[in-house]
Order: sequence, then C-alpha cells, then structure tokens
Amino acid sequence: MLRWLGLRIAGGVFVLWAVATLIFFALRLIPGDPAQAILGGPGSQASPEALAQVRLDYGLDQPLAAQYFGALGRLLRGDLGTSYALKTDVGALILDQFWGTLVLTLAALAAAWIFALGLALWTTRGGWLSDRVGSGMEIMAAAVPHFWLASVFIIVFSSWLGWLPAISVPGPIGLVLPVLTLAIPLAGFLGQVMRESLADALESPFALSARARGESETGVRWYHGIRHAALPGISLSGWAFGALLSGAVVVETVFARPGLGRTLLNAVTIRDIPVVTGVALVSALAFILVTVVTDLVDRIADPRLGTS
Amino acid sequence: MKSKLRPGEIVAIATLALLAVAAIAPGLLSTLDPLGIDPGQAFRPPSAGHWFGTDESGRDIYTRVIHGARASLIIGVVATVIGIGLALLLGVAAGIGGRGTDFALTRVSEVLFALPGLLLALVFIAIAGPGIATSTIAVGLATAPGYARIIRSQVRAIRGAPYVEAAIVLGRAPGHRLTRTILPNAIAPVFVLATLGVGQAIVWASSLSYLGLGAVPPAAEWGAMLAAGRTYIGTAWWMTVFPGIAIVLAAGAATALGRSLQNRTRQVNR
Repeated sequence: MLRWLGLRIAGGVFVLWAVATLIFFALRLIPGDPAQAILGGPGSQASPEALAQVRLDYGLDQPLAAQYFGALGRLLRGDLGTSYALKTDVGALILDQFWGTLVLTLAALAAAWIFALGLALWTTRGGWLSDRVGSGMEIMAAAVPHFWLASVFIIVFSSWLGWLPAISVPGPIGLVLPVLTLAIPLAGFLGQVMRESLADALESPFALSARARGESETGVRWYHGIRHAALPGISLSGWAFGALLSGAVVVETVFARPGLGRTLLNAVTIRDIPVVTGVALVSALAFILVTVVTDLVDRIADPRLGTS
Repeated sequence: MKSKLRPGEIVAIATLALLAVAAIAPGLLSTLDPLGIDPGQAFRPPSAGHWFGTDESGRDIYTRVIHGARASLIIGVVATVIGIGLALLLGVAAGIGGRGTDFALTRVSEVLFALPGLLLALVFIAIAGPGIATSTIAVGLATAPGYARIIRSQVRAIRGAPYVEAAIVLGRAPGHRLTRTILPNAIAPVFVLATLGVGQAIVWASSLSYLGLGAVPPAAEWGAMLAAGRTYIGTAWWMTVFPGIAIVLAAGAATALGRSLQNRTRQVNR
C-alpha cells in the first residue's frame, strides 16, 4: 500500500512538471513578443525603452534554458509569477479565488451523489418506465450544456418566479442555482453507472440469501444494495471532480461568481499567460490529489483491488 | 447488427437527418436571411410570423437556428475527427508498441488528462488565440486523451486474439498485421466512439463560443447566439431557449445513436 502510494505521488509530481514544461515551451513557439503582451498586447504603443525595461524585469533577455530553469526554480518555491494585466502575485490571486471554486465543486459533487444514489435506488429494476428514465437522464447529461441549463434556471427561477438570484450572491442562497447546474448532469452519468452496479448486486447470491432470511425487498435494496451502488460512484469521483472543474469555468461565468474558472477565462481572453499557467497548474494539482485520494478510498472500500 | 430499429433510434436518426438538411440546404427550411437586420422588429416574442421570435436587431431566430446547424455540425465533426485522429496515433502506438512505448505514451495521455475537459481547451486557446479554427482544434485536443485510453485497451485486447497469433504464425509483416488484422477489428468501436464524440464536441464547441472564444456574434452559430442572448436573458427568453434546444437535440441525437450502436456491438460480441 505504501509502495503504491509512493508511486502514485511520484507520478503526480511528474505530471505537474510535464504540464509546466509543456506550457512553458508551447508559449515560446507562438509568434509575438512577450514584452509587448505584458504592456497590454499588440494594440498598445509601448516605447522601446519600456519594452527593454520589461524584458529586463521579467528576465526575457536571458537564454531560453536560463528562463526555463528560473521558472522551474520559482515554481518549486511556490512562486507562480506576476500577472501581466493585474501586476499582482499569481499565487495570492489564485489563493483568493480557490475557495469559491472548491466550495462550489464539492457542494455540486455531494449533491450529484445524493441525486444519483436516489435515482439508482428508485429506478433500478423498476420496470420499463424507470429504465427509460435512467438512460434518458444519461443522454440528457451528455447533451445539455452547462451554460444553457444555467440560463434556463435563471429564466425560470429568477426572471419568472423570482425565487433565486440570477447573480451568485454570497451565502448559501447564491449557491443553489450554480450547484444545481453542475450537479444535475453529473448525477445523470453517476446514476447510470450506479444503476448497473446495483442491478448486478440485486441479482447476486448475497441479495438472494438476504431475501431468504425474510428481509423485505426495500431492506435488501437500501441496506445491502446501496454499498454496491456506491462503489463505482467512488471510483468515478476523481473523474467527476475534473468534470466539475471544467464545468466551473462556465457556471462561474454565467452566474458572475468569483472563482478559479472565471479567473482562468478572463486570463485566457486577455492572454495573461502567468495567470493561465498558474490556474492550470493548481487545477492539475487539485485534480491529481483528488484522484489519488479516491483511488485510496477505493482500495480501502474494496480490498479486492489491492491484490491484483 | 441486423435487428430492427427501435423507436428511440428512429427518432435520433430522423433528428440528425433533419439537421443535415438544415446544414446542407437551409433555404429549404427558411427563406429569410439569417443576417438580415430589421430594427423595427427587434425583440418580438415567438409568433406566427417569427416562430422563435426575433433578436436585438430584428433578425429571425428560427432562420438563424436553421442556418446555425451548418457551423455547429461542421465544428462538431471536424473536432471529433481531430480528437479521434490524435487518439488513434497515441492509442494504436501504445497498443502495439513495446512496454517502453506504451509506458511513455500512457504518461503523455496522463499529462493531458491532468487538465480535464475545457481546461485543456482553454490553455490551448490561451496559447493559440481565440477563433473558430483554434476552438475546433482545442475541442479535438481536449477529447483526444479519453479516446486514446479506450483505443489503447481495444488494440491491446485484439493483439492477444487468436487470429492475430494466426497472422504471426503465417509470417505476416508487422505493418500488414496492423493494417489488415488489428485495425479492421478496432474500427467498429472507434466508429461508436466517434458518434458519441460528435455530441460531446458540439456541446464543448458551443460552450467555447458562448464564452467568447470561438464563433462570435452576429455569426449564426448556436453558442454565439446564446452569448448574444445572455445580455437580454431577463426580457427576451426566446433568444436563449431556442438555440439551446437546437444544441440539446443535435448532441442528444448523436449521443443516443452512439449509445445504441454501443449496445448493439456489445451484444454482437457476446
């Protein structure tokens, strides 16, 4: 187990290094002067002196290898550089935005889990109609874009009914629509996987013996079945967290909610490269951490995995 | 594969056929100009004259949704071709290569996996710049690692199959084995993946347009139309609802068809 954990962590560090390296060199491939980008893009009329000063300040006059190892060294110390547009420290900026996204994604993950388990327990082996509902949910989950679902929620719950704010205000009330937008499609995916696993469990010998002991069908389903329905849900939670990080970009933008996703989108739009790199690295780190943790939980919950 | 079509499949195929007609010959479904403005008719709700209402410049939204099919379908298909193409390179090489190749390529796809979904697409756009072409490539790139993983395991499974062993015993050259024995057997699942992928690519590409990184208004593209509708979401709900329904129908039909193809090939294999 320890050896496995060590390998996983080493793999995660390798992936982070590779992401940082890939972005660093990909950026050097594109035409255009980084100093110009720092001073406001091609439209700005920066003087040659200002450009020279910026090259000196950001170390752009040094050879590529020196710049690369300099950047890597700063990364190791946790220094993500300075934003081109805001002229502030990227690490501080990300730390400031991180919690909003973390709260959003974790709340959405929890909500999706509850919806998916409920969906699986109610509809598995419930006959033709519930089968249709189950697979229909999965197709909807794949086909409904987050930004459109969010827009429809805003139209119905904010414009027509006036129940919930269209802009994500601080506090739990502002979290409702963003969380629902992220959780409902995810629940469609998770629910489908849980249904399959639960259907297998309900036909297995231990379910039969529980029924033979005289347990009710509801008891078998809610007590014995739920664990088997939950197992693939745990395995998929790492993937789900990644999908939520990706969805957060859209949802934070639609609801004008502060967070990493919106910060990334703004940075991409104005090509503020240090912020893009920083958010990408922090997201990759969060994603890798969650994947390792879910794999670990998976191994504890299902000891069969450890032996193979 | 020869069993009768189920009702769901007929609906999905009919939807895709309708969208194909809209993409190839939009004039058959609407005679209006998708870019023709008429300020006197701005913000009209759905009516007999304008089925889906009009937008802020008085353009007919029904016409724009019909004309938007071409852009959205082309972007979806091209992005899927790019994604599957990259994945085939990665997946087949990892699948037939030795342990070293497999290890290296698996690490490559792990690195791409570390930026899930739109994040990889956004980083690519930050480097290459926004626009229809780059956002299409970005979507293809973002979908590639997922496909690569599936193709790799598919090729691995086929490589151990008896008929491949037979080809080895018969003395076929490695290139011949790859093109004549392994690829034809891996291609059916890849086709299923591509059908599913078109749905996902349409959703992601329209998301990028909505975020202002792909097609831009006033282009008749569904994501861009939704981006324009966002400003007026409180008053002109039809600007948001109808282009969105088009996305859901297109992506849903492709996904439903892909799923049932998947079930059919699975049943055949059993």
